[in-house]
Amino acid sequence: MSPRRMGTIVGDTIRRRAKGGETSARSVGFLVVLWFCLLFALMFLVVLIVTTWIEGADRLDARLFTEYPASDPERAGARPAILGSLWVIGTTAIMAIPLGIAAAIHLEEFADSNHWLNRIVEINVQNLAAIPSIIYGMLTLAALGLFAVVNKNMVWVGALALSMLILPVIIIATREALRAVPAEIRQGSLALGATPLQTTFRNTLPAAIPGIATGAILALSRALGEAAPLLLLGGLVFLSFDPNGLLSGYTTLPIQIFNWTGRPQDGFHALAAAASILLVAILLAMNAVAIVIRNKFQLRW
Amino acid sequence: MNSKITFVGAAALAASATLLLTGCGGQPTGTETSGAGISGSVTADGSSTVAPLTEAAADIYRDVEAGVQVTVATSGTGGGFKVFCAGETDISNASRPIKDEEAAICADAGIEYTEIVIANDGLSVVVNPENDWAQCLTVEQLNTIWAPESEGVVTNWNQVDPSFPDVALTLYGAGTDSGTFDYFTAAINGEEGASRTDYSPSEDDNVTIQGVAGEPGALGYFGLSYLEENLDVIKGVEIDGGAGCVAPSVETVQDGTYTPLARPLFIYVSNASYAEKPAVKAFVDYYVENAVPVAEAALFVPLTADQVTVAQEELATLG
Amino acid sequence: MTTITAAPQAGGRAPRPRSGLRGRPRPLDLVIRLALRLASVLTIAITVGIVVALVVPSIEFFAEVPVWEFLFGTRWAPRFADASFGVIPLVTATAWTTAIALVVAVPLGLGAAIFLSEYAHSRARRVLKPVLEVLAGIPTVVYGYFAVQFIQGTVIRDWLAWPTGSFSVLAAGFVMGVMIVPTIASISEDAMSSVPNSLRQGSAALGANRMQTTLRVVFPAALSGIIAAVVLGISRAVGETMIVALAAGQQARIVTGPLEAGQTMTGFIASAALGDSRVGSLEYNTLFAVGLLLFLITLLINVISIAIVRRFREVY
Repeated sequence: MSPRRMGTIVGDTIRRRAKGGETSARSVGFLVVLWFCLLFALMFLVVLIVTTWIEGADRLDARLFTEYPASDPERAGARPAILGSLWVIGTTAIMAIPLGIAAAIHLEEFADSNHWLNRIVEINVQNLAAIPSIIYGMLTLAALGLFAVVNKNMVWVGALALSMLILPVIIIATREALRAVPAEIRQGSLALGATPLQTTFRNTLPAAIPGIATGAILALSRALGEAAPLLLLGGLVFLSFDPNGLLSGYTTLPIQIFNWTGRPQDGFHALAAAASILLVAILLAMNAVAIVIRNKFQLRW
Repeated sequence: MNSKITFVGAAALAASATLLLTGCGGQPTGTETSGAGISGSVTADGSSTVAPLTEAAADIYRDVEAGVQVTVATSGTGGGFKVFCAGETDISNASRPIKDEEAAICADAGIEYTEIVIANDGLSVVVNPENDWAQCLTVEQLNTIWAPESEGVVTNWNQVDPSFPDVALTLYGAGTDSGTFDYFTAAINGEEGASRTDYSPSEDDNVTIQGVAGEPGALGYFGLSYLEENLDVIKGVEIDGGAGCVAPSVETVQDGTYTPLARPLFIYVSNASYAEKPAVKAFVDYYVENAVPVAEAALFVPLTADQVTVAQEELATLG
Repeated sequence: MTTITAAPQAGGRAPRPRSGLRGRPRPLDLVIRLALRLASVLTIAITVGIVVALVVPSIEFFAEVPVWEFLFGTRWAPRFADASFGVIPLVTATAWTTAIALVVAVPLGLGAAIFLSEYAHSRARRVLKPVLEVLAGIPTVVYGYFAVQFIQGTVIRDWLAWPTGSFSVLAAGFVMGVMIVPTIASISEDAMSSVPNSLRQGSAALGANRMQTTLRVVFPAALSGIIAAVVLGISRAVGETMIVALAAGQQARIVTGPLEAGQTMTGFIASAALGDSRVGSLEYNTLFAVGLLLFLITLLINVISIAIVRRFREVY
């Protein structure tokens, strides 16, 4: 082959690859755009965390946990809000998790998926998961009006609204977890003479617990960060005491942040930032626990 | 399988233990129970102008009697009266006197109450710090700005007064449940509730501050305490009520020269709650007897000596 | 317990034994089964509750305010003496914030999804995906505060010096958009990952580079999931409350530009909640009428999403 012919072939190949290959300008440009998309989102997160930290790190001290709201930002703290959040989330967990697991067990293990009622329930759960959270607050408000309950500011009322909010999420997550358990587990149990109920509660459910726990923790972390439904239920209130019971008045950490954010003094903005750091830290911890549970305990079939 | 159940059980146990420990936790640190060991709850609702005063009182009172649990909500003066006359609250914070219709509702429901003037207030008109043309506004000019007929019409400062520059007028103010709204519209527009509607209404006066602080052509109104707390971001306007420009301050409000926007602030105490709930009695007694120091701590205009005497007399009728 | 050596299948329902083999059902079993069934039916009760809770006050509302005035009126002043109940201003503000959010979220979300699905190493993916999920986990109050303080206060007013006040739909919409990115990215990435590799390999065998494969083969194949992701993002943007309550403003006016302030439907519900609304009053009914409108809009969006997914779904 003459050098000239070789040169032509090489030149053609280079030109062809340059037009459509991995290193072409358009391909590289595309990759740069994709990187930019990802990095922009991450940068936003970093800026958010950094600005919040700069504003609030000073106030991230014991006062946040031990002091009560006050008109002087130097003396104020989020103690009732933190305890209120704990009470509301704890009550929500007790209300929503058993109910969600029970519904998911029924839908996944026992319901005839061709029956019209069960199909409606399934579509319904998908719909409920996408409804704006404030509507659950309105539902609870209407329910209270129906039963002539006058005082809305009680822990169980807030927990009721949040439970209805996260119930679809728990149901969906539990169903996924149950679905991942292979049929052989159930079949083996039945073959050994267990009833379907015994199979579910002694074999299938325990095998699905890591997935259920992950889903439940993620659902609760969502409930912890919600403020809108509770605003409708009298959550924005000044408390001079610790919430201490299901019937007690309460406020929550997101609502306290909302309260302080709206105040013009810089001292309160710093407090809002500090409380935000605390809230995000708690949520990250919960998410990390959920991921750890999923990675460590999830059975690989 | 067993380890997982143990793990979940342990986690549940830990969570409930934490909840019980913090929830049923003992006295908050830093307070000694030096009081008589009274416990109970006190519910207050109503004006967002008066709420900081009641909150300040509750804050101070917690150091005296840790067992008294005070809840203060802000539904606006009108909203506060609605729940008060339904028997749901013990104290109603109000930045205007109770209306006849509201008093009738209370009477129908069998709620007897006592009206106590707890502090004074100068309703302040505020503008952005960059606003150097509106140092003093007359009542007529305010009426031009806020009258119902001005809706959609008066949108620029130079329409208020030809000497003012060409700057867009953005308005912030109180919502319709607010006693501040009722009082301001009555004083400026001559009729309670008469106002243009194309402004940013909010029951939360802090939104007004944020709004006014952010735009050069903005104007808003709220109680004096909010102005005094935020002099670094907004500016007060002197009001000419017919006798010259007067700036709102403790003195001008107390001696009545800040007209027509000087007003008393009230709490309405449910007689039944006072009689039946020791916590309510203790808190109200403390609040009224210490009305002047509490007002000073919260940057409100305190009662004059005469007003203090009247308040003590009202308190005595309760007891 | 001896293990079964057959290859495990994911999922599987308990095969129901034929009735002759079932034996006598234990009474406790029946009770428990009934309890489980009741739990699942409870979800229907919640939906029915929502519908009833929204419709009953709305009927009272529309007895006083004509439907056409509500839907097409342009002045929203429900609590004043000279009241108007035209919901258009609220709808324009919602539309603006949602549109701005989508302009931000769809490109960023799809870009991130394509990168994670087609280009990233599995190690990079394992790190980047959870970090992206963190964006979704931050409480909306924190986002709202960031929007009004930093985005509106510092970026838009100080650095860019654009003509705007203390609140704007741009700040609210922008932050909402970034909040929605993980939703769109996660669902799109799942959709693209489930496109079988054989399609990619076939495309590569025909000489396409990765960009061409992604854009012309994988993306269309995953279209139904991607559209579902975008529609879910729209639904979240419409229903978001705290960010708009803090950053978009409280004044109900027709919004004509991104730098203006306005009150969205959810913002109105939140602000009305902070006042007092007694059950049965016109204010209470107004609140629920707007809530009903919001519910119907999100329901419509979800139904459209399900229909689109069903239409475009490719089954492999």
